[in-house]
Amino acid sequence: MSLRLQTQGKPLPSLTRSLLGRITTTSLESEIRPDHILMADLLPGQNDLRGYAGVLTRESVSPDWAEDLAQFAPAMIHSVSTLEHLQEGDVAAMNPNGSVRTLYRRGSRHNAILVTERCNSFCVMCSQPPKRVDDRRLIAQHLRLVELIDPTTEALGITGGEPTLLKKDLLWLIQRCKELLPTTSLHVLSNGRLFYYGAFARDLAAIGHPDLMIGIPLYSDIDWEHDHVVQAVGAFDQTLVGLQHLGRYGVPVEIRVVIHRDTYKRLPELAEFIYRNLTFASHVALMGLEMMGFAIPNLSDLWIDPVEYAPELVEATSFLAHRGMNVSIYNHQLCVVPREIWSFCKRSISDWKNDYLPECGECTVRERCGGFFSSSLQRGYSSSIRPIVM
Amino acid sequence: MESARSDKPRPPLFRPLDHYRQRTEGYRLLPFRFMRWPAKEVLLVNDVGEFIFLEDQRFKAFVGHRLDLTDPRYLDLKAKHFLLDTESNVPIELLATKYRTKKSFLEGFTKLHLFVVTLRCDHSCHYCQVSRVSTNRSKYDMTKETAKKAVELMFRSPSPALKVEFQGGESLLNFEVIRYVVEYSQELNVREGRNLEYVVATNLVPLTDEILEYLRDHSILLSTSLDGPEALHNSNRPRKGNDSYAITVRNLQRAREVLGHDRVSAVMTTTKLSLGQPREIVDEYVRRKFGSIFLRSISPYGFAVRTGEALRYETSEFLSFYKQALQRIIEVNREGYDFVEVYAQMLLTKMLTPFPSLYVDLQSPSGAGLGAVAYNYDGEVYASDEARMLSEMGDKTFRLGNLHEEGYEEIFGGESLRALAAGSVLETLPGCTDCAFLPYCGADPIFNHRTQGDVIGHRPTSAFCSKNIEIIRHLFGLIREGDPFVKDLFTRWATGVRSEPMTRYKVS
Repeated sequence: MSLRLQTQGKPLPSLTRSLLGRITTTSLESEIRPDHILMADLLPGQNDLRGYAGVLTRESVSPDWAEDLAQFAPAMIHSVSTLEHLQEGDVAAMNPNGSVRTLYRRGSRHNAILVTERCNSFCVMCSQPPKRVDDRRLIAQHLRLVELIDPTTEALGITGGEPTLLKKDLLWLIQRCKELLPTTSLHVLSNGRLFYYGAFARDLAAIGHPDLMIGIPLYSDIDWEHDHVVQAVGAFDQTLVGLQHLGRYGVPVEIRVVIHRDTYKRLPELAEFIYRNLTFASHVALMGLEMMGFAIPNLSDLWIDPVEYAPELVEATSFLAHRGMNVSIYNHQLCVVPREIWSFCKRSISDWKNDYLPECGECTVRERCGGFFSSSLQRGYSSSIRPIVM
Repeated sequence: MESARSDKPRPPLFRPLDHYRQRTEGYRLLPFRFMRWPAKEVLLVNDVGEFIFLEDQRFKAFVGHRLDLTDPRYLDLKAKHFLLDTESNVPIELLATKYRTKKSFLEGFTKLHLFVVTLRCDHSCHYCQVSRVSTNRSKYDMTKETAKKAVELMFRSPSPALKVEFQGGESLLNFEVIRYVVEYSQELNVREGRNLEYVVATNLVPLTDEILEYLRDHSILLSTSLDGPEALHNSNRPRKGNDSYAITVRNLQRAREVLGHDRVSAVMTTTKLSLGQPREIVDEYVRRKFGSIFLRSISPYGFAVRTGEALRYETSEFLSFYKQALQRIIEVNREGYDFVEVYAQMLLTKMLTPFPSLYVDLQSPSGAGLGAVAYNYDGEVYASDEARMLSEMGDKTFRLGNLHEEGYEEIFGGESLRALAAGSVLETLPGCTDCAFLPYCGADPIFNHRTQGDVIGHRPTSAFCSKNIEIIRHLFGLIREGDPFVKDLFTRWATGVRSEPMTRYKVS
């Protein structure tokens, strides 16, 4: 079951630009109200509306009433279809078109800021295809979001698109995360190509974020095979030099390998390449394919049943583990992975796009199984899926 | 449905693999060395120790620039940086990084500091180079004044980690100076902030409860000698009363109780008498619950040479012994007991990992002076333990200076060490430059000097060379045989990853 991350209502005319706030359902002291969006099924009295960044309500507001309200409640979306998915402490954006998007959920371990939709690669299986839009000005919103996120949050992701295209703004965002969320571990997904510029890696390291990891994909030990997957000549070289720079400046990196028909054959050789050339990597994630975005039109070329590449997966995993490297298997169902490497399988799929099949109900290891991307359930999965009964 | 799908061309947005497989015409060879292997194969090793076996025909095609890029080994050779087929310099940069890592044992300069606190000893082992059975303290003991100078000199070394090893003679006979060195170095270390480690090499005979408590309180490790079963040990290591084995075993137990089981290790020396007992020696170590054994051949110094023919054996005899012992060690592991052979472990680290070994006796340039230094009881400073043994035989070639007469710059920057370093870079030595095993081996200029008359030496007649070549070849052979248990075991030794990560999944 997917989680709801958006809802719709009717904006009052005073909502002229998007605004962010922390959700509250209780009346707050006036000095902290500007950071909050008050959420109420029925609107309270005047004094209890004053001073908030915005107000969300299921109640329907007539035009006359709206005029009244406009004097002390500057931003409001009313007649909102559903609000149950929003919780105290979540952060939402109220948009002039009446949409309410959840940007942060306090109860989730899978929060991420999508900082740009632009990308300098064009991966054949990209789950979030890049767009050629100028979204650079959104940095203000991302910075505001960091101010509103609960500082006790365990983990936060920064993703895209390609976040490094923000250049100095990305560094600024990470700097702010360090200041405002000092105990939140920060995980940035990047193709690593821009760290080819050593100064950029050095400046990132200089921030001194105490718990930062850059997750960078590497799809092959052969330049042209990697370049083909990311559809960019020279990307392999840039990424490798980038990784070396990050390693040299002591920024922790994670290597992410998506396994599909173009990448599974040399998985063991790639593991050895990583061990020999990128020994400093903090983590290696061997990941199953997510059937979203470009993976859909390319599916017939990319799809391979995980049971078919089980030998390569076992060899690569054990090679790295036997050499003391921290390796995990993501996005795989336990029933398609040989039991000897089950201990490396992580429940990696974000809760809002994670699902199981009806037959999984009988499975005795379902609790430890990562399950499926919701998208895979519609588009296809291994023919070997079956409940494990022990 | 299925066929209709695959007939559909990929969206034109995406380019095919061939578009990215642009490369220069042909390929260039990157530096590597090679060695003929049985069964019509060739072993190729590059400068950073990565290796690949190729069939003769394929090897010829490769070096003749005729290997096609559709050959499955082509990609392996490319990924391991044996060939270069792009204009990019990134593969060279990766190689450079790997090379720096392999040579990183040089970082920090001298790390191992041997303090020869006395020459006196109650044993008179046949193979011992230097010990004196004497009660004359003033003649053979290091004084506190000398020890003080040595500690101060040690701290001149830039290394963030310093290892102090107390040697003899029987080092514990001068425990007072051991204690002085520990305390003075810790006093200085309040300001210096180095990572200090102490090891006492001892036959365990003088061990008292008081000494044990001191060692425990200062986290000091013990290294002792155990040559094998009782008869062999006592024969190799004679002392008055002929009870060396009994004392070693008894005091080993006491030491483990006070210091902790893993705080005491042992080394063995192979004599002519040992040669027939590889299995018994290994089993003795296992019975005594050691986690490792170091199978050492006898060295051509001191008494070992003076006692002459009676104790000498051929390198081939040692190699046969070594292989049998290693075989037994593998069996022991197969039976479920974790047990390491230290020399093989050191070589395997170089063969199977991107890292160097920190073992100072097999490096290029040699670890003598650069990685280790010996402060003799009389204040003389030598490039290594072997160098000071040589001096006891009257040959002071590798004397670096004197604690009371010279300073750090003169001792570590002087002619003696410069000559030693310059003459111990395998990459420049005749017979080594084109040896496939160079990245795994090391130089022993002192051995060359002692046995062949100069630091460069003559490889075809060098016992050091034939021993190492054959051990490395043997290890490769075992890997090549493909026994998965042996491959896993060797990987565990090489990487030091002791845990069993492939744990069976259990449903609770």
